[in-house]
Amino acid sequence: MTADAWFADLDPADPETAANRIREGSADSPADWSALAVETGFATDEDDYYDRLREATLEGGQAAVEEREGAVDQQLVHAVRAMDDCRRQANELAERVAEWGGSRFEEAGTGVEYARELSERNPETLGDRRAVSLARRVVALDEEADALGEFIEATTPEVAPNLAALAGPVLAARLLSLAGGLESLAKKPSGTVQVLGAEDALFAHLRGDAPSPKHGIIYTHDAVRGTRPEDRGSAARALAGKLAIAARIDHYSGDRRPELEAELDDRIATIQARADDAEADDDE
Amino acid sequence: MSELPVGVERRDIGGETGLATQGPPAYGEPTDEEGWRRWNPRRSKLGAMLASGMDTGLAGGETVLYLGAAAGTTVSHVADFSGPTYAVEFAPRPVRDLLDVAEERDRLFPLLKDARNPETYAHVVEPVDAIVQDVATRGQAEVALANREFLRDDGRLLMAVKARSEDVTADPEAVFDDVVGTLSEGYEILERERLEPYHTDHLGVVARPR
Repeated sequence: MTADAWFADLDPADPETAANRIREGSADSPADWSALAVETGFATDEDDYYDRLREATLEGGQAAVEEREGAVDQQLVHAVRAMDDCRRQANELAERVAEWGGSRFEEAGTGVEYARELSERNPETLGDRRAVSLARRVVALDEEADALGEFIEATTPEVAPNLAALAGPVLAARLLSLAGGLESLAKKPSGTVQVLGAEDALFAHLRGDAPSPKHGIIYTHDAVRGTRPEDRGSAARALAGKLAIAARIDHYSGDRRPELEAELDDRIATIQARADDAEADDDE
Repeated sequence: MSELPVGVERRDIGGETGLATQGPPAYGEPTDEEGWRRWNPRRSKLGAMLASGMDTGLAGGETVLYLGAAAGTTVSHVADFSGPTYAVEFAPRPVRDLLDVAEERDRLFPLLKDARNPETYAHVVEPVDAIVQDVATRGQAEVALANREFLRDDGRLLMAVKARSEDVTADPEAVFDDVVGTLSEGYEILERERLEPYHTDHLGVVARPR
């Protein structure tokens, strides 16, 4: 029984191995570990045992968190969420800038574009200075969002090459963000991938108030948007299927499978050809 | 109303009377000069169970296994009035905060583990007097059954069941009956009570191993 203990044959002066044992070890059933530790001489008494356990669990927890959080897919998740936050805040502040700027300066405009114009002005009065300064923050936020976008475009193909090739880096990163990481995306059925990002609509459907959503965030993909509305459900289903496969390859094997893209293109072409057939029928 | 465990008191902090424990502040909760800190039942299901007078069987000083510790809000209070406390949480992000809470306490052991796989921490966790469970996953009753091996024969399971984790569309009361039914395979149910108004669609359960 003692052989299963995290402290079995452990040198009490070796905190690193102790932390690893906490993380990697296992046992079929629990036992009175504190008593066993004192019996086997790992600890001098109960208090000493708990002090050692405390050190090992804190150390092990720290290392495990760093490893799981530091994983590159988690960095992408943070980046894509940060990009969306920056974009949203920039737009929101830009509205305030437009309102304020319109009351102080002749030329008026809207959005981040207007904030950019204002930011290049030379403010003369105290009030001008504040409005122009705010405009500069908007521009800075917008530029940060662009920079985050570039980071995502550069990093996603390294983390999930097949998914990035199929979906494009940004959509791929969004899917990772919605799923919570590459591993959990790889474990999702394609029907779930299809409606990721359409949770409100999905739950409305499950409550019985609405039809089932045809697509979530994958709506932004050309294969879906470029298909006529009647066939978008089919296109979304086909795309989601390939994306789910791509995520699994990326997570479990990591090698590149260019044939996935060919298969998807082929399938989408077949679905989009239905529109031509329908037109031909109408002509007859 | 049943008695509170030793180390949990109703105290007046900042002009409001409510549950409190004595220990280092953990998440910006109100405190008084004697080191007591407010235990808000709206932020803690175990707090809600105590505040609504459920008989948890806790006397204070127990060894505790806490499943679903999250960022450590509730478990910080549990560690304040309990003995050795093992805190299991699966998601790395909240464990970052949990580690901070544990740093401040002598007998709180954080474990980044999945409560659905007890064999991954059975080499660390000893038999305990109480299991507190607050996991937001489907199969909450199965988690409690899988962890029953940690509970001493006279121990208590204190469980918060979240209806929406099992099925968002079903009627909560039906979900609760289901979960409690499965739970009865390994536990004798001593008390069940809805946690409204503190938590919507949650059920508090007190049980002991059979």
